[in-house]
Amino acid sequence: MSDCTRITCDLCIVGTGMAGMSAALFAARRGLSTALVGRTGEIIFATGLLDLLGVHPVEEGRTWEDPWAGIAALVRDLPQHPYARLATEAIRSAFDEVLGFLEESGLPYCGRPDRNVAVVTSLGTLKTTYRAPLSCWAGIEAREGRRPCLIADIQGLKGFSARQIAETAGKAWPGLKTARLVLPALQGAGELFPERLARSLELDSHRQTLTEALRPHLEGVQAVGLPAVLGVSRPAAVRAAIEARLGLPVFEIPTMPPGVAGLRLKEAFERGLAGQGVMLFLENRVFRAAGSPAGAFQLEAGRAAPEVTIHANAVILATGRFMGGGLAADRHRVREPLFDLPVHQPGERDEWHRTEFLDPRGHPVNRAGIEVDASFRPLAGLGRAAFPQLFAAGSILAHQDWMRMKCGSGLAMATAWAAVAHAQRLLGRGEPAGA
Amino acid sequence: MARIETQVLIIGGGITGVGLARDLALRGVACLLVEARDICAGASGANHGLLHSGARYVRSDPTAAVECREEGALITSLAPHCIEETGGLFVAVAGDDERHIADFPGLCARCGIEARALDPAEALRLEPVLSERLTAAYEVPDAAVDPFQLALDNLTDAMDHGTQLMLHTRVTGFHCSDRRIREVRLLHAPSGVETQVAAEQVVNAAGAWAREVAALAGVELKLHYSKGSLLITERRLARRVINRLRPAADADILVPGGTVSILGTTSIPIESLDRIVPTVAESEAILEAATAMVPSLAHTRFLRAYAGVRPLVVSGAAAEGRALSRGFALLDHAQDGLDNFVAIVGGKLTTFRLMAEKTADLICARLGVHRPGVTRTTALPSFAMNQWTRAGLSPRRWMEAGNPEDLLLCECEMVPASALEEILAGIRRQGIAANLTAIGRRSRIGKGTCQGAFCGVRLSAHLYDRGELSGRRGLAELRAFLAARWRGLRPVLWDAALLQEELQEALHCGYFGLDLEDGA
Repeated sequence: MSDCTRITCDLCIVGTGMAGMSAALFAARRGLSTALVGRTGEIIFATGLLDLLGVHPVEEGRTWEDPWAGIAALVRDLPQHPYARLATEAIRSAFDEVLGFLEESGLPYCGRPDRNVAVVTSLGTLKTTYRAPLSCWAGIEAREGRRPCLIADIQGLKGFSARQIAETAGKAWPGLKTARLVLPALQGAGELFPERLARSLELDSHRQTLTEALRPHLEGVQAVGLPAVLGVSRPAAVRAAIEARLGLPVFEIPTMPPGVAGLRLKEAFERGLAGQGVMLFLENRVFRAAGSPAGAFQLEAGRAAPEVTIHANAVILATGRFMGGGLAADRHRVREPLFDLPVHQPGERDEWHRTEFLDPRGHPVNRAGIEVDASFRPLAGLGRAAFPQLFAAGSILAHQDWMRMKCGSGLAMATAWAAVAHAQRLLGRGEPAGA
Repeated sequence: MARIETQVLIIGGGITGVGLARDLALRGVACLLVEARDICAGASGANHGLLHSGARYVRSDPTAAVECREEGALITSLAPHCIEETGGLFVAVAGDDERHIADFPGLCARCGIEARALDPAEALRLEPVLSERLTAAYEVPDAAVDPFQLALDNLTDAMDHGTQLMLHTRVTGFHCSDRRIREVRLLHAPSGVETQVAAEQVVNAAGAWAREVAALAGVELKLHYSKGSLLITERRLARRVINRLRPAADADILVPGGTVSILGTTSIPIESLDRIVPTVAESEAILEAATAMVPSLAHTRFLRAYAGVRPLVVSGAAAEGRALSRGFALLDHAQDGLDNFVAIVGGKLTTFRLMAEKTADLICARLGVHRPGVTRTTALPSFAMNQWTRAGLSPRRWMEAGNPEDLLLCECEMVPASALEEILAGIRRQGIAANLTAIGRRSRIGKGTCQGAFCGVRLSAHLYDRGELSGRRGLAELRAFLAARWRGLRPVLWDAALLQEELQEALHCGYFGLDLEDGA
């Protein structure tokens, strides 16, 4: 790409986490010419579990079986939370559209109508989530039914101990057996890395090695739990092949991120978005961005230095928080580095974090972020939009704490959905939503 | 209730207590060492790791300066494995007190401390992180010491010579009659088990907690508390110890510690020992003050902060904070009505051996033991299980061994499972549970950029696999481990460290839901 490369589009989305990817999907499907720019590092930290709302109020640690009832309570108590700007139907539509896309991309999800489910984590704790990859489903049902299962780990795969899971989850899930599999044939001796392990299991001979190692441990077992390394590109086929060999349901337990679950999402989105005609600038960052009051934006993007200038009529900022680079902090304040938008934030640094890490109230700095108007446009003060066609979506938004409320994916998808809808309306372009 | 009889009960498992145990054990005296928490849990584990040349005290306390010079040289020759002979610089920048600078070489000479004048340009060439506004520089024989390895090796050698150890055990009361402590009551906190100890002599070496221990025996100990906080940089910034050549103040010293540098300190008078944590305000004060000497500190990443309490002995005229003596005091409580109770308080890490020796001399005289102390001439053995606190050791060993099956549990500091086996051997020897916090204290695990977020998980999984953890105890341990790391993290959370913190919270709260687990 030469340094004078110039791209023109209706909408440029900055950020390739869950919010940016979803926004690109929605925009492309509505006929907007769309560019997506991002560093693509963060989505691989996803666990693959899609939260809607798990906990509210966080200080009471109350978990909700019905996330929609939880959202109703949340919106009542915290009218500034981004969910309060969204109709329930919009949140549902966003979820449905993304889940439909993922299913088409070979990543089917599962859940119960209007209900959260509990997934056993690699630490043995139970995580409340809304939709889980189908690959986790047999485990969710087996735990609910307290059915005896085998949890197996693999020697060389660090931070995943079947024994730890069984010991820790033992009260909620009695009768768990454990096994340690030694599979030098897959990768040789030493450390095993989730991605390489997962790709190696796409080969049938390796799956046979795995199932032979499992076979001596299956007596009295109704399902088999394994670390989430059962294939990257074709997980459903890989798992089905293993189930067929064992004659038992097999389920995955997400590993400590970055893991295969995040990688699958990344690959599915990247493939799918390319197929929808989205102009992808992956492993890119935006070095400079400028917008005019008239509505035109110029963004200079590239890998190590600016390589392309993107001219867009609208921009969605889905750059995430500190990890994603959407927010940056020096010793004194939190900034939004791209447009230098005002950031809602606590006062001095001493107020950013509580004195205990696990303080149930969460840390005030995690509710810092960009404040938006009813159209998800960042505010420049005095309640006015910073730019008429600049929108923000996802975890960069203020007044939410997705890590404590367990609402990260829902927040990302639903605010992306709304931002795209508003962009489309203001641009007067594309096809109606839901088309 | 269990009963133990011993010749000497030592209260406090800091460097003074373990040094005293070794000194007495090498003279054939039976000791029981009790420590309320863990080895080096107080100031012995929360200091610069500086082996003083003495130059820092030539003006304020020439006696302490001479002691530091002599003891520093002894430790360097007898425990070289705990020392890095970095050398040190004293530097002044434009605006620093000219008279203070001019006096320095003469004051050093008076204390017998070598101080070689350097051209500021030469100092800058030796340590490029220094400010270009240097006006004076002197080279002195300062060094860096690993206080954990030093304390653990003293302890292990003492135990090899018969010392008994009880960690996580605190004194809850003294039974005294006829001018003597007859029995001491102990409580082992994790189990709730109580023990009675009958000892011929009792030594209070509880550091900042010495006042509280003495009070249990009805003795008033006049101690002031001065809190000091320090910051650890992600990378080592200088080869040498760098001191600011000016009257003692905040943030005037940067000490290398293996792969990192340690910047400090503050000095804040405090009344209570309840919550000793470094604060955001202290971290700001340190940075504001230190950038005059090392400008790049304004843009340096810090791993964490930590805080300790200096117990300062009040003697005579009113003084406070830095003006109080950094010397030590051996207090004979015969003057308070107890003939078999002494306290050894104050002092420096550098002078711990001398403090121990003087205390042991007094105790031996009382016991009628006539063997002289030998720690002045006997080398300190190095024990494999105690070496893992040294930054940079485990990556070197791991790469040399080249065994791919020896998995790295801590990736930031490259601590493999084989190192953990040695650390566990030490922990078993010391009779405590193999928990994350105890392992962290004895190794570099949790001390790198992830500050325990990832290695804490890998380590707990490994401990379950080894059968060291069971049930839901791992959750409580992980919570405690992260809580302890958090105290140090909180004051340095901006820029890259804040990003790392977000990742930690996403993992432990977003995925694992540790915020919702009570650990029960």
